[in-house]
Amino acid sequence: MLKLIASRFLQGLLTLFVLVTLTFFLVRMMPGSPYTEEKAIPAHILERMKAYTGLDKPLPVQYARYMENLVLRQDFGDLIRKEGVKVSEVISDSFPVSLALGLASMGIAVLVGIPAGVIAAVRKNTPVDFSCLAFAMAGICLPSFVIGPLLAVSAGLYFQSLNVAGWSSPTDWILPAFTLGMINAAYLARLSRGGMLDVLNQDYIRTAKAKGVPASRIIMRHALRGGLIPAIAFIGPAFAGMISGSFVIETIFQIPGMGQHFVNAATDREFFLIQGLVLFYGFLIVAANLLADLAQIALNPRMR
Amino acid sequence: MQRLPLILSTCLLLVSCEQETQVEKASREGILLVGNSADPKSFDPQVVSGVIESNLNRALFEGLVNSHPSEDLTAAPGVAYELTPDETYTVWTAKLRKDAKWSDGAPVTAEDFAFAYERILTPDLGAKYAEMLYFLKGAEDFNKGKSKDFTSVGIKLIDPHQFTITLRGPTPYFREVLKHPTWNPVPKHKVLEFGKIGQKANPWSKPHRLVSNGPYRIKSYRRNDHIEVERNPHYWNAGNVKLNGVRFLPISNTYTESRMFRDGQLHVTYAAAPDVVDYMKKHDPASLRQEPYLGTDFYRFNTTRKPFDDVRIRRALSMAIDRDALCKNVYRGFKPAYAITPPTDDYTPPRGAFFDPDQARKLLAEAGFPGGKGFPRAKLLISNREAIQHVAVQAMWRKELGVEVEIEFKEWTAYLLATQTLDYDIVASGWIGDFIDPLTFLEMWSPGNGNNNTGWENQDFAAKLSQSFQSTHPTVRYDFLKAAEAIMLSEAPIAPIAWRGKNYLLHPSVKGWHPLFLDAHPYTSVELVPQPPKRK
Repeated sequence: MLKLIASRFLQGLLTLFVLVTLTFFLVRMMPGSPYTEEKAIPAHILERMKAYTGLDKPLPVQYARYMENLVLRQDFGDLIRKEGVKVSEVISDSFPVSLALGLASMGIAVLVGIPAGVIAAVRKNTPVDFSCLAFAMAGICLPSFVIGPLLAVSAGLYFQSLNVAGWSSPTDWILPAFTLGMINAAYLARLSRGGMLDVLNQDYIRTAKAKGVPASRIIMRHALRGGLIPAIAFIGPAFAGMISGSFVIETIFQIPGMGQHFVNAATDREFFLIQGLVLFYGFLIVAANLLADLAQIALNPRMR
Repeated sequence: MQRLPLILSTCLLLVSCEQETQVEKASREGILLVGNSADPKSFDPQVVSGVIESNLNRALFEGLVNSHPSEDLTAAPGVAYELTPDETYTVWTAKLRKDAKWSDGAPVTAEDFAFAYERILTPDLGAKYAEMLYFLKGAEDFNKGKSKDFTSVGIKLIDPHQFTITLRGPTPYFREVLKHPTWNPVPKHKVLEFGKIGQKANPWSKPHRLVSNGPYRIKSYRRNDHIEVERNPHYWNAGNVKLNGVRFLPISNTYTESRMFRDGQLHVTYAAAPDVVDYMKKHDPASLRQEPYLGTDFYRFNTTRKPFDDVRIRRALSMAIDRDALCKNVYRGFKPAYAITPPTDDYTPPRGAFFDPDQARKLLAEAGFPGGKGFPRAKLLISNREAIQHVAVQAMWRKELGVEVEIEFKEWTAYLLATQTLDYDIVASGWIGDFIDPLTFLEMWSPGNGNNNTGWENQDFAAKLSQSFQSTHPTVRYDFLKAAEAIMLSEAPIAPIAWRGKNYLLHPSVKGWHPLFLDAHPYTSVELVPQPPKRK
């Protein structure tokens, strides 16, 4: 077990190293630079600015300096367009917001999606099943930039206590978490319906029915455990995505989360911020995968 | 399980119960809620100068003069109670009020101004907007490192509350220039407490320790969420400041911003998208504001590329654009532009761009492309996803000239790079003036200017511009500028399209918010008069 954890840990480190290196060189291949502005920066000023951030040095020197700061000092660097602001400050300010929203969304997704899928499977080919399927298809087909504004206009403008956007009142998480949650609930509903249908056709379920075990007990005790495996496999990566923020949700609902930085850093050519965010997101994915592996091992004796 | 309907209905009741909106609460407390598009790049007024930062700077800092609340070409008094030029408008004497103080109680002195000017011009600081101070004698040489001695720059201290500013030449419009935030003072004692004069990223301007001299000081800041400013008790005119504070919200999505306005979360929006303008016209015209703005939309032609090196082609394309139709049907609140400089009370630009399809066809034929035959397939580079106005121009060129132009979209930075490296045929551009004077729209076309980006140069144009620099008489000066602009327009390195309008939403409780060409509203004169609540 320990050997496996150590091996996964080393693989994770290698993945992060490759990720950082690739990102470092790829972002510098984009057209333009952090200094490309609408009003051209005079040459003598540009020279000073580049000297300050070290972007005047050859690429290998920049890379060596970046890795040295990262490994020895755990320093992700500073923002280029916002002097004196550290990449780590941006991440530490915005991640807790995305984490809170991600957790709330995940809660909604699980509480709505899994029961909907299970009910649909149990009531297969009935109006209940078709309604659940229609809901799931709508959630999958409608992007968040459609659901978000629709919810904001319908609920936010109607209910006095719900703000259409913002992150200051305790109720402000409801609409964004619902938007983000419903999309994932739709996937979860489909996956759990499929998983449950597979399980409900198994011999041991038939045996249980034949022995006269009540239907609710069959579902809760015997079917659910196996039926939810596909949904649980989906939850891992979806959760990492949800807690790292969403550009669309954050701009629609004006939330100071981390998702917007992924897009804005790229358009602004904020090299160090892009690298920091990719590294942080990579770390989350690696950690989530490691935990998922451990959970699978714990649940499935054949994998031990 | 039986209690679920009860719980749900209680929740619904809770969220739907009537309570005051954020705007109603803020109006009661005297806090103005302002949409400000994005987080500022810095709180240091000397290293940034975008519109977003300027909006914030007007609340926090005050220069020698202030923007007037309702008149564009008038300066309201600032730190200087008297600012007088000599007869050539070259040497200006500033007398500072003795009760002007920083938010930590220290007096604002002439030394703070001199220090600020020295700091922004110090090459090591690498201030992008240092050019704004090139009006000062010797400033350009000092900023470019040709002179190391700041005494060579035209600033002379007379006493702690008086100094003279010597300019590079007659500048009758200098009061307008002084409204720009780059001319604001910085607290010498605080800047030097945390670093050196030319030190980049000096932590003096971190929000929690920023000391400012304007009507407000920072109360709270949360990145990408809000900036709230509160009354500066040491401000010399604190008694006449009506608002208790201003809360700036960095809302980048204009649709989100409009929804927040309708939901009672904002007093003023940063902008209103065209379809929001149409909606508000029908449903809430009293909240919609459409005002002229000191900006121009235009197309640049790459005069280093064939066939745009031929002035006849450029003029033909410009003449085939029906600007009236564009402004009537596509733009909202913009005016057809017949020149690059928007007209003001003092300056009427020459009529150099107009719709004349017959003349356009004639010019195109003369240039060797009768009916557009043989005209190479050119590209019109754009960056804005709102492409409708460009599609309209594309259709006009096709209809009037038989010329096919392809629209090419690039994301913002790639678009800027292509413009600045002349890697385009025609590019959709815009320009916003820094201060109200034609110079801010004309200087960039002078030879070697970094914002020209057309490859076009003209010595006669440069000569007229240079003559305007020497002129002490405002009318004569405008005549030189008008002549320069006429030369530029006749050569058509650009095709002016529209003079910008500013569309935004303003809550009826906001008073003292008048239309201003630069949209630089002094918050000191703004007032909130709570309105009877409007329920959802």
